[in-house]
Amino acid sequence: MRRAITVRVVGPLQWIVYPALMAMAATVLLAIPFRLFGLNLPEPVFPIILAFAWPLIRPSMLAPLVLFGLGLFLDLFWGGTLGLWPLSLLAVYGAILLASNFLAGQATIVLFALYVASTGFAFFLAYVITTLSLGNAPSILAVMGQVVPTLLLFPLADWLIQRFDDADVRFR
Amino acid sequence: MAFRDGPFENIKVPLAWTAAVVVVVGLVGAGMLLLGDTRRTPSADGYAPVRAGFETGAAPVGGVLSAPVRWTGNAVDYVKGYFFAVSENRRLRAEIVELNAWRDDALALKNVNARYEQMLGVKTEPPVPMVTGLAITDARGPFARSRLLNIGAAKGVRIGNPVLSEHGLVGRIMGASAGNSRMLLLTDVSSRTPVLVERTDARAMLTGDGSGSPRLDYVRGAGSVQEGDRIITSGDGGGFPRGLPIGVAAKGVDGTWRVKLFSDRTAIDYVRVLLFQDFSQLADQNALNAPPLASLAAAPPPTPAQAAAIQDVATRRAAAAAATAERVRAANAAPPPAPTPAPQTSTAPATARPATPQSRPAAPRPSAPAQTAPATTEPAPAGAAE
Repeated sequence: MRRAITVRVVGPLQWIVYPALMAMAATVLLAIPFRLFGLNLPEPVFPIILAFAWPLIRPSMLAPLVLFGLGLFLDLFWGGTLGLWPLSLLAVYGAILLASNFLAGQATIVLFALYVASTGFAFFLAYVITTLSLGNAPSILAVMGQVVPTLLLFPLADWLIQRFDDADVRFR
Repeated sequence: MAFRDGPFENIKVPLAWTAAVVVVVGLVGAGMLLLGDTRRTPSADGYAPVRAGFETGAAPVGGVLSAPVRWTGNAVDYVKGYFFAVSENRRLRAEIVELNAWRDDALALKNVNARYEQMLGVKTEPPVPMVTGLAITDARGPFARSRLLNIGAAKGVRIGNPVLSEHGLVGRIMGASAGNSRMLLLTDVSSRTPVLVERTDARAMLTGDGSGSPRLDYVRGAGSVQEGDRIITSGDGGGFPRGLPIGVAAKGVDGTWRVKLFSDRTAIDYVRVLLFQDFSQLADQNALNAPPLASLAAAPPPTPAQAAAIQDVATRRAAAAAATAERVRAANAAPPPAPTPAPQTSTAPATARPATPQSRPAAPRPSAPAQTAPATTEPAPAGAAE
C-alpha cells in the first residue's frame, strides 16, 4: 500500500501578502505623533526588509507588484515625492534577484552585509532622486536617522528568509 | 484550441525572468511617476486628487491610533499638574510680575503706533481668521516631513495657508481635501520660507533639509546674523504674513546658520491654520477690476473721426509748444528790463518741457472739424490722458 505524501504548499498569501500588510501596519503605527522626553518614534522603512528577503526566498511575479504598491503607499502616507520609494524598493529587489543564485544559502553574517548594502543602495537612490527633483540635498544626519532603524530590522528579514526559504517542497 | 495544446506547450519561461520583466516595468512606471510629480508647486500638483483620496482614507486610521496617545498625554499632564501645582503656582506668579511691565509697555506702544498709523494714513493688514486642528499622523523622515491634520477645505483650509503651533510657525498647507489637510513642515526638504532677522532686518531664505533645524540661506549682508537672533517671517512674496515667530539663529555643526524652531519645544499636536492666502486677499478684487481699469484692455479702437480729432489736438499742442519755445528764446535774447521779473517766472515751466513736443513730427491738418484748444492753453505734459 502506498503512503500518502503530504505536500506543504506555501502560497503567496503567507510569504507576500501577510508580510506586506504587516509592514504597512507597522508604518502606520510608527507615524503616530508621539513624543516622550523630547524624542519621537523612529521611522524605519519596513518594506526594505521585503525587498531584500523576497528575491532570496524565491522569484515571483507578484512580489515586485506588491513592492511597487508598498512604495506608493509610503509616498502617499508620508506625503513625499510620488515614485521615490517604488523606484528604490524595486531597484533593491532587482539587484538581489540578479544575484540571488550567488546569495542563496549564505551565512547570516554575509546576509547582514548584503542587507546593509541593499539598504544603503535604496537610501542612496532616494537621496539622489530627492536632490535632483527638489534641488536641495537632505541632511546626511537626517538620512542616517532613518537608515540606522532600518538596519536594526535585519533580524526580521533573516527570520523571513529562514521561515520561507525552501518551505514549499515544490521549490526544493 | 487551448494555449496549452498548441505549439507553445513545452515552452517554460523561467520564473526569475518573468519576475525581472515585472521589475523592469515597475521601474519604468516609478520613473514616470517621478517625472510627473510636481510636489514643489502644490497648486499645480496633478496627483492632488490621488493624494486627497488616500488621505481621506488614511486620516480616520491615524485619528483612531493617535487618540490613545493624546488621552495618555492629557492624563499625564493632569497628574503632573496635580503633583506640581505649588511649584507651578510660584513660577506663574513670578511670570505675571514680569509680564505686567511688558503689558504696560505694549499698551503704550500700541497707542503710539495707532496714532502714527492714523497720521501717516497707513493701511494696516486686517486680522486673519484661523481654525484649530489636530495632527493625526506624522512623517519624520529625511525625504518627507509632513503631518496630516483633521481639518480641511470644509473649514476653509486652502493650499498655502500658514500653520502655527502655540509657540510659532510650523509649516504650511500643501494639500486639502474636504475633511483633512496635509501640512508641510518647515523642516521638509522642499520647504522654502522667506524670513528676516528681527534685529537687523536682514532678509534670508529658510530652507528645510530634513533635519530638525532648517538652514538659513541667502542671508543678506555680512555679519547680519548673530547667535540667538530671533527669526520671523518677512512676508516677502505674500505667502505668509509678516512677523510670525519662527525661532532663533544658531550655528550648525556644518558651519551654516540654522534656526532652532520655537515650535520644537513641545509636541505639535494642536495647530492653528491661518486662513491667509496672500496679500491680494486684503484688497477687494471686484473693485480693482471695475471700470475704467477693466475696460482699458478691452477698449475698442478709435473711429476715424476720433483718430483725426486726437491727431488734431496733438498737432495743435505741438504748435503751441513750439511757439512758446520761440517766445522764450526771443525773451532770453532781448536785454531783460530791470523792474519786471514776470517774464522770467513764466519761462521756468516752459523751459522745463521743450523736448517732447518739438520732437513730434508735423502732422497734416485734418479736414474734419475738430476740437479747438485755446491758443493760450499750456501744453499738457507728455503722457497725460488725451
